[in-house]
Amino acid sequence: MSDHSIYKPQSAFMQWLERRLPIAGLVHSSFVVYPTPRNLNYWWTFGGILTFMLGVQIVTGIVLAMHYTPHVDFAFNSVESIMRDVNFGWLLRYLHANGASFFFVAVYAHIVRGMYYGSYKEPREVLWILGVILFLLMVVTGFMGYVLPWGQMSFWAATVITNLFSAIPLVGDPIVTWLWGGYAVGNPTLNRFYSLHYLLPFAIAGVVVLHIWALHVVGQNNPTGVEPKADKDTVAFTPYATVKDAFFIGVFCLFYAWFVFYIPNYLGHSDNYIPANPGQTPTHIVPEWYYLPFYAILRAIPNKLLGVIALGASIILLAFLPWLDTSRVRSANYRPLYRQFLIVFFIVVIGLGYLGSQPPEGGYVIAARILTAYYFAFLLIVLPLLGLFEATKPLPNSISESVLREALAAGASALPPTGARA
Amino acid sequence: MAHLHSRGKGANKTPPDCVASGLPQVGRDGAFRRRTGVPGAIRSADGSKPARREEGVTVTTISAAEPSRRDFLYIATATVGAVGAAATLVPLVGQMNPDASTIAAGAPVEVDLKPIAEGQIVQVFWRSKPIFIFHRTKQDIERAQAVNWQTLRDPAPDSARVLPGHEQWLVVVGICTHLGCIPLPHQGNYDGWFCPCHGSQYDSAGRIRQGPAPLNLPLPPYQFVSDAAIRIGEAAPANNKVRT
Repeated sequence: MSDHSIYKPQSAFMQWLERRLPIAGLVHSSFVVYPTPRNLNYWWTFGGILTFMLGVQIVTGIVLAMHYTPHVDFAFNSVESIMRDVNFGWLLRYLHANGASFFFVAVYAHIVRGMYYGSYKEPREVLWILGVILFLLMVVTGFMGYVLPWGQMSFWAATVITNLFSAIPLVGDPIVTWLWGGYAVGNPTLNRFYSLHYLLPFAIAGVVVLHIWALHVVGQNNPTGVEPKADKDTVAFTPYATVKDAFFIGVFCLFYAWFVFYIPNYLGHSDNYIPANPGQTPTHIVPEWYYLPFYAILRAIPNKLLGVIALGASIILLAFLPWLDTSRVRSANYRPLYRQFLIVFFIVVIGLGYLGSQPPEGGYVIAARILTAYYFAFLLIVLPLLGLFEATKPLPNSISESVLREALAAGASALPPTGARA
Repeated sequence: MAHLHSRGKGANKTPPDCVASGLPQVGRDGAFRRRTGVPGAIRSADGSKPARREEGVTVTTISAAEPSRRDFLYIATATVGAVGAAATLVPLVGQMNPDASTIAAGAPVEVDLKPIAEGQIVQVFWRSKPIFIFHRTKQDIERAQAVNWQTLRDPAPDSARVLPGHEQWLVVVGICTHLGCIPLPHQGNYDGWFCPCHGSQYDSAGRIRQGPAPLNLPLPPYQFVSDAAIRIGEAAPANNKVRT
């Protein structure tokens, strides 16, 4: 991280500080002069968006915690009091609830980017695995947060998800009782979920530091998948990446604000405005939209234990992508077959999301089984075999060569002085 | 660790095996290295190439030598530390199990059956779990008994689902064995329950007949305190078939 440090403190105080804690030099080398590939497109801005959204969730969450009561008798009403009585409470809660959704929008875009451009491949395996860990932490944190308002969907989501552990042979039931702190989901469950929902975002922030550290060790991937070879292949992080990230965070916030101010409940479920009732299950129970593909996989399998295993495997397998994908070419732009299979894979995941929102009967179940089969076949069969048989397109010699060739093809009149020939 | 150990025991010993093998003696123990201050010896302690060869020799010397008092102290200290760390897990993990008040609130409950009409299913709570009490009609009982129960997913005859002499009363925990939703009464194709979450169906004996649930609706421990009242939470003494 300090390879590119040319930081020279100007003021006497900064010189004094730099000799004792070189934090300004660290920031300078990591976020100012740090070289980023010059051909990064907007898909590379989602890392910055995710960091921004984590900040939004932590800030709004901490202030919501000042008004929320984690007790089964008061939780629902305290959330309603935030909506009606607390100054700007409606805004803070809608920012937080929709913030979770947009956090997941950004993380899915980030994962799509990583899979399309092969960002998980050598030497970025650890970076990728840290990302899968971050996604798992986000899933757990989001689930626990959804339980806190203690509406019908909160209660039954908690019941269904904790019962996934009852599928474990022998120790399943004691584990579920231990998770609940009682004989059913109840006050102890709500209390501990609140405690953990407050803790986990800081665990996420810690892993984000590792994630960014690992990124700055191996460097960013880019749309060609060819590593930067010379100085002309890269540009400085500031201003190029900083401004691009900031601009797209602004665009992202337009959509975020549209949901917060105009359709704040569009992504929620109306049943969660009914207080939790342990005696009655809602007739149609669904998780939040960002869990629907995995929920569809769970329901597609008619055996309880196998269904839970498939649900877990559908996420855990992603951590093994660096080894499941045997191709040496990173970017899907140079892998015609992989590109097609991958786009079908993305459509399948969206299809599973739709099926997860539908009742588990008839044609929906059959369709979910077919799509689940593709999901696993892609990861376990297609990916390993494609690397052995696929004829890939020739890679450009360098990032700058590919950039200049594109510029020529687009008929750009003004070429940069560094390379007049393509 | 290998260096730590060798430092303690090798300090006053000659290293014959080392001489015989023709390997340099430097780096065999910390005392020697400190005394001589040879730069090469210090480098070897960091694990560069020559040190690795020496380490192999050092390890064989350790296994052959008598463990010293210092070795014992290291192992004993580490063991006490590990046991202590493991012991702190007991309260940290244990605090999450049901507390005393939750267990006390889970005492047996008595239910009067008189108001329950034939064909009616009522829901009571025991240990925060819904308990279904089904006053079965003659038709329900006959259908439940006529099923070829050996072919069911969780095979159980109707007689194992009720208490002898009380065939009209079915008492089950109203929690779907799939993922814990509450099935809806008098729905589905088998005269029993239908779970709205993932489509499991139970018959009039609470047995799983269709859908993803793996097991029949569980039977709570209960007994008849009179002909028209049950106590849930206490197993019937004479009946072993009642499962908890």
